[in-house]
Amino acid sequence: MVGLHKSEFKNPVINWVDTRLPLFTMMTKEYGVFPTPKNFNYFWNFGALAMINLMIMIVTGIFLAMNYNASTAGAFDSVERIVRDVNYGWLLRYVHANGASMFFIVVYIHMFRGLYYGSYKKPRELLWMIGVVILLLMMATAFMGYVLPWGQMSYWGATVITNLFSAIPVVGDYIVTLLWGGFSVDNPTLNRFFSLHYLMPFVITGVVFLHVVALHITGSNNPLGIEPKSSQDTLPFHPYYTIKDSVGMCVYLMVFAALVFFAPDYLGHADNYTPANPLVTPAHIVPEWYFLPFYAILRSVPSKLGGVIMMFGSIAILFVLPWLDTSPVRSAKFRPIYRQLMYVFVVVCITLGVAGGKPPEGIWVVIGRVCTAYYFLHFLVILPLLGKLEKPLPLPESIANPVLTPIGGGPLPGGAMAKPMEKM
Amino acid sequence: MSLNRFTLFGALLGAAIGLGSVTPVLAAEVELPHQNWSFEGPFGTYDKASAQRGFLVYQQVCSNCHSMKQAYYRNLAGIGLSDEQIKAIAAQVDVPTIGDDGQPTTRKGLPSDHFKAPYPNEKAARAAQGGALPPDQSVLIKAREGGPDYIYALLTGYTEPPAGVKMGEGMNYNKVMAGNQIAMAAPLSDGRVEYTDGTKPTLEQEARDVTTFLAYIANPEMEQRKRLGVRVMLFLAALTCVTYAVKRQIWSDVHH
Repeated sequence: MVGLHKSEFKNPVINWVDTRLPLFTMMTKEYGVFPTPKNFNYFWNFGALAMINLMIMIVTGIFLAMNYNASTAGAFDSVERIVRDVNYGWLLRYVHANGASMFFIVVYIHMFRGLYYGSYKKPRELLWMIGVVILLLMMATAFMGYVLPWGQMSYWGATVITNLFSAIPVVGDYIVTLLWGGFSVDNPTLNRFFSLHYLMPFVITGVVFLHVVALHITGSNNPLGIEPKSSQDTLPFHPYYTIKDSVGMCVYLMVFAALVFFAPDYLGHADNYTPANPLVTPAHIVPEWYFLPFYAILRSVPSKLGGVIMMFGSIAILFVLPWLDTSPVRSAKFRPIYRQLMYVFVVVCITLGVAGGKPPEGIWVVIGRVCTAYYFLHFLVILPLLGKLEKPLPLPESIANPVLTPIGGGPLPGGAMAKPMEKM
Repeated sequence: MSLNRFTLFGALLGAAIGLGSVTPVLAAEVELPHQNWSFEGPFGTYDKASAQRGFLVYQQVCSNCHSMKQAYYRNLAGIGLSDEQIKAIAAQVDVPTIGDDGQPTTRKGLPSDHFKAPYPNEKAARAAQGGALPPDQSVLIKAREGGPDYIYALLTGYTEPPAGVKMGEGMNYNKVMAGNQIAMAAPLSDGRVEYTDGTKPTLEQEARDVTTFLAYIANPEMEQRKRLGVRVMLFLAALTCVTYAVKRQIWSDVHH
């Protein structure tokens, strides 16, 4: 019979299904026996954690939507009603609100891991680019979600961010009118944001699927940044990494639960507990913490259009990162200078976040500008040059066999052999 | 080595989160003295006696001008009032309704009703308050940086304006209020309300009590949330230990 899959499952029911639709074979291949480098550290948990986080957001979001009223007159009260009257509504809301923060914490760590260990390099360029698409979709989703409670920060955040598009020459104002569904942020804006906020997570799920498919074509990177050569270098995904991911998941859930149960408003902003009022502007309009670095970049440029270009550019630059970094060595472990500069880069990103939360006055303007300049310098100048100038350390022969061989197989530099490989 | 890297990343991230969210607090101009609240910390609960006195302050003082429209009379059960007491309190207000003859009329309030607002709408409130709108108190504690410390400091922060400060018409000087001018006249003072439990109604005591009450009204779920949270944390801590042990077991045959 043409096209039928030859299933190896013993259970007759599973075999019958698997013969016709080889889901069981696929799951076994991709998540059961899937050969995975044996040397992952705990930073390799964060992809799985992001997946879990996405599912938590979708499930809590569906139940919140059952009780939410997307109208300017009813949104704020309906959110309060969820917290006060819906059974465990407070739990749903606080998990969803803090889940957004957890999602960005997890994804940012996931990305810095990728940067540190060179996970974006050949042949994983497309895998990385799909990840950047996911980040953009997440940002749009989070922004629109923050508008829904219709507090003061919801309203004014939406006003500031949508107005950014008016900086686009010629068509900017038309785009803003289209986003608003009118001539100011109002009921039609809230309605379309709710609709899109419900849609986007499913788009994200689709792109995450592509991300995982691409990952399973290239295989995972690993802390040494060298490809597995034999079965000695890998372990079956299950049970080794299912259990290791489970450990990470437990710790992640503890951090998550600590926020939800003991400090549900810690990462939020007090002004958002005041209902939206178009006639009163809050003293400082600040976005949620996960947007602060980008907000700092936006404000560092005196021109509106320039700021918008730089802000979007700071993410767009990630798309071409695989070609900006000219070094053939992936892991920062074997790139002594890149490794130091990676720490500098992390500090710069965090400083940008701090600067983004301060009123744009005095020293914070200068700090914001210096860090913005360094952010772009890192990608546009340092990475292309460093790949050519830096002398990488000798790479181990394989993951299982930590014998060091220099790049190109030339004579070993003195002392390199004497230094034993560090165990992860 | 790898531990160092974890610690560093962790510290950096922690710093980012900490600094990021502390930022708006730093923007406040006045330092708010921290008060000890019974509802602080992972095991905090509401001081029911204080919250009940606070309800008295709310009823006799705040509710003359401020609405509290998200809360219901039945919420008073959470500060220890009995069903009978709540029914009696709710019955003190008249709620607009449509009678059997189809004409507008009123009925006695029920525990399931929202707290009745002093004014029918915002315009009526502003008209009666010289243009100022008394903010709704349902989530007021959560709507101000500093939360309960801010409300307490504001209520006890009224002083004579310093020499040379020109006050707007009908405005009062307050150390804590942004711009130091507040339309609300000092609402509380020594002996402003009469407590039935023998507590001395000083300004500080009244402010503390009404803040506790407002904290309850803003977070009526807090005690349940923290109780559940403690159990969830204990469960997750145990699960983490077991999972880690299983992980060690499974990985024991892997040669690093």
